[in-house]
Formats: sequence, structure tokens, C-alpha cells
Amino acid sequence: MTDAAIAMTGRDHPAAFGASTFDDVLRSEWVKLRSVRSTFWALAVTVVLGVALGAVISAAAAHGYAKFSVSEKQSWDPTGVSQAGFVIAQLAIAVLGVLCISSEYSTGMIRTSLIAVPKRGRILAAKAIVFAVVSFVVGEFTSFAAFFVGQALISGHAPHAALGDPGVARALVGAALYAAALAVLSVATGGLLRRPAAAITCMVAVLLVLPVIAQALPDSWRNPVTEFWPTQAGSQITNVYHSAHTLQPWTGFGVMCLFVAIVYVIAWTLLDRRDA
Amino acid sequence: MIEAHGLVKRYGSTVAVNDLSFAIRPGLVTGFLGPNGAGKTTTMRMILGLDAPTQGSVTVGGRSYRDLPAPMREVGALLDAKAVHGGRRARDHLLCLALSNGIPGSRVDEVLRMVGLEGVARRRAKGFSLGMGQRLGIASALLGDPAVLIFDEPVNGLDPDGIHWVRTLMRELAAEGRTVLVSSHLMSEMALTADHLLVIGKGRLIADTSVDEFVRSSSRQSVHVRSPQAAELAARCREAGATVRAGDTSRAAAGAGPDAGTIPNVIEITGMDSAEVGKLAAAHGITLFELIPVQASLEEAFMELTRESVEYQAAGVTR
Repeated sequence: MTDAAIAMTGRDHPAAFGASTFDDVLRSEWVKLRSVRSTFWALAVTVVLGVALGAVISAAAAHGYAKFSVSEKQSWDPTGVSQAGFVIAQLAIAVLGVLCISSEYSTGMIRTSLIAVPKRGRILAAKAIVFAVVSFVVGEFTSFAAFFVGQALISGHAPHAALGDPGVARALVGAALYAAALAVLSVATGGLLRRPAAAITCMVAVLLVLPVIAQALPDSWRNPVTEFWPTQAGSQITNVYHSAHTLQPWTGFGVMCLFVAIVYVIAWTLLDRRDA
Repeated sequence: MIEAHGLVKRYGSTVAVNDLSFAIRPGLVTGFLGPNGAGKTTTMRMILGLDAPTQGSVTVGGRSYRDLPAPMREVGALLDAKAVHGGRRARDHLLCLALSNGIPGSRVDEVLRMVGLEGVARRRAKGFSLGMGQRLGIASALLGDPAVLIFDEPVNGLDPDGIHWVRTLMRELAAEGRTVLVSSHLMSEMALTADHLLVIGKGRLIADTSVDEFVRSSSRQSVHVRSPQAAELAARCREAGATVRAGDTSRAAAGAGPDAGTIPNVIEITGMDSAEVGKLAAAHGITLFELIPVQASLEEAFMELTRESVEYQAAGVTR
């Protein structure tokens, strides 16, 4: 074993090397993400849940359409209905995003990572970018697939949407943008809390539990929460129909992005200051 | 070259590292020695930028670790063989580290061959034994072909063959002019590997010396004597200024039973060499059955040196 030369072949030490770049760190994080099994499973769950749940909800809603009241028919949003599975599917993205940094803490890998890349902000940024891009692609695939499957099930029973209808393309691209913003939020939360269980619990609370609790509050409390709660506001970009007490699609998405940016900056600051 | 100036690390009210200054030179294996909890790992973590010093500074090649443009190409480190994501294959683990410092993928296969893990390159790291984990950690340290290498207890969990391999590797790395810092809590291990020693206890520097110097200065010589007139000889030796204590089984020559405790007729004399003891015995007509010069082992010298600073000590274990 020791017969092998320790030095790199064909390279003069130490003059030949350049500084490590952000590109290098991005490449490294991409390999990290694709080389663990949980990535594949979480993304598969996102697609399957998003499309299958969307299909079930679309079919059920379309069959009930005939018995809808006038106001219910007015607010009928076939695009939004076909995307309904995403409310649950997004959890898989949130969990994976949290794990892509907190699993490094739970395994000890973070020490190895930070020795390799001591400029810690780069690690967080590279993780966020790589996972946001992956989530955007998977989110886009899921939203289009759910849309076409959903509309096929709706048509014949209720008015359905077409890709060219006003707002539809924006909603479908919006779903992918929402997934990307959620990806950054989960990575930042994972980096902030470090413990997988704590960070996952926190994400579930933000995405599902608190919005549900808000529904039980009196109107004067509920309306501002539905309007401004970051993930609720952000999800407006995935709807075509604009309901009361919600922000406009891009405004809502802006609110979510602002929230994500704040959490990210806190995570970045702490990562830089804390002992690893 | 690794240089520390007045390094201090406090965790709350605990002082892990206390005013540590040293310079670790290239071309030598420097052993970083101290009992468990002495602050070795904390010091290494500060060198590698994982922990920020409370006071003082430490530099590698004149720069603080976080300012190194391509850290893995300048410093290779093995802190903890378990600092690996178990779900990742060995080759992917090394590949993501290599890419982060712009090291080509071909180098990954090279280091896998070097540490003898090429056969398990496609296996996930969670199935690795501690020894294989150490080899993977050493592989990652070698990835960037660095001029400075830092290893925290690298022989932990290795079999004798692996231990021999690590020792040879350290010596080769140093012979190539690299700076090699190796921590251990075993003096005997360091005596075989290191050229220079940095001994710490309770976070403080106890010794910064060459191994040879350490051996010379801290060896305690004593003379083991068995004689039917041991008590008389003991009295004569004390008169001559030597220290005498009753011999115990640990130092006794073969033949003593393990449960003998203090053997009658055996004494241990320090402060006189065997020739002097022999002459003294002859002058007083004392019969000697055994007269053996005893050299304290390095391990004992080390324990002597760090006795004051051992963090966790078993209370009064008698044999």
C-alpha cells in the first residue's frame, strides 16, 4: 500500500493550485445531494403525492360540482384543485431540505465539510442553490403532471382549465417557484436548528399546523394570518382564482421570499459564528 | 508550519486550552501528547477553524485556516473517523470533498488505492469498521496532497498491520518535508512514530521537546535487589543518600507470584547505580541474589509528567 506515491502525479507542489471557487462548492454539494438515497425517495414521494392526491381531489371535486352553490361555482378554480396534492407533497421537499444540512450535524459530516470549505457561507449558499434548483425542476414536473391529470379527470363533470387560460401558466410556474423558495427555507431552518427532528417539526408547524390552528380563530385574527403567513402568502402564486383576504399572487410570493431571506440571513450569521 | 500564540479556549467556566503557544516545524513528525481531556482535540479544532479561540491565534503557513484559498491542498486533516455521512458511498464521500477544493476525480481513485480501500469504494460508509473509517479519513486528508497534515488519534481501532501502516505513512510524509502533527494519549505509540513531542495537560503546555531529549531527561533509573539481608542493605543505602522502597511485583523478576504484593527481601533503590549498590553490599558482606538495573519506561515517564493534570483518575486501585 505504501508503495504508491503519496504526491499527486504530474503536478508540481505547491505552485500549481488555484483558489477553491464557489463553483467548486456547488459541484461538491450537487454530488452530496445525489449520492444519498433519501434524495431519490423524497423527490419520488413529492411527485407521486402531488400527482396522485391532485388526481383524487380533482375527481372528487368535479363529481360534486353539480351540487355546488352559486358562490362555490363562482370560486371554482380547476387549476388550484388539480394542484391541491401539493399541500402534502411539499412536506417531502421540506424534510429533504432540512436533512441536507442537519443530517451533516447528526452524522458529524459537518466537521469534515467545514474543514474542506472553511468559508461557511459558501456551504450554506451552495446547499440552498443546488436544492432550490432541484426542487424547482421536480416542482415544475409535478405541477404540470398534476395539472394535465387533474384536468382530464375534471373535464366532462365540471368546467376545466387549459394551459392558455389567463393565469394558468403563471400558477403552474408559480408552483415550482414556491417549491424553490420552500427549499431555501428548509435548508436555512435545518442549518439554524441543526437537529433533524427539531427542524422537521418546525417546518411541519410552519406549513401545516399553524395555518390549521388559524382556521379556528375568530375572523379578525384569522384573516391577517391567512393573508400574511409566509407560506400561505407564497402559495397564492399557485392559484388562478383570487379569494378574499389573500394577497395578489406576486405580492404574496414576495412576502414569502422576504421571510425566507430573513431566516436565511439568521442561519448564515449563526453558522459563521458558532463552533461547529 | 503551524504556529499558535497564546491560544485560549473557554467553554463557560471550563478552560479547555490555556495559553498555548507552539510552533510545529516541517520535516518532522510532531507527537501531540496528553491524557484524555487535556485539550488536544480542542487545539486541533482551533487550528482547523472549527472552533474560534477565546483568545490568541493560530496560523497554518502564516495564515489563519479560514483564509486559506484552497484549504485541502494545504492542510489535510483527520479529526474523527466517524465524521462521515453513513449513507454515502466511500468514493462519493471523497469525491464531494475533492470537488469542493477543485481536486480532480482521478485523485480520489489514487488515494483510495493508497489506503487500501479500492475494493470497498462503492460501499456505503455506515458498513465500515472503525479501522476502515480511519483509512477513509486518512484518504480524505491525503486528497489535496497537502504540505501540512493533522491526525487526531489515527491508530484508534486499527489492527496491528494497520498501525504499522499508519506509522510508516507518517514517517514517509515527514520525510517528504511535510509538517505532520499526530495526537495520541499513548506515549509508547509516540516513541515509535514521533521526532518531536508537544505534551499538554489540562490545557497547558507541559513539554515541547524532541523525543530523545524527553527520554533522556525523564528516565528514572533504579536498581532492583533481592537479598536475604535486604533490610540491612536498605539501611546502608539510605545512609549513602539513596531512596529505598520495598520492591513490588510489577518490577520483580520472573518467579514472583502475581498475588505476592510486596515481596520480602526485594528492595528498589533509586539514586545509586547498580555498581555502587554492588560495591556497598560487598563492603558490608551482604549477599545478593539479584542485582538488576531498571530503566523506567517512557510510559511511566509520561505518567509521571502528567500526573498532576490527569482529568479523570481512577481512585486507589490496588493490586
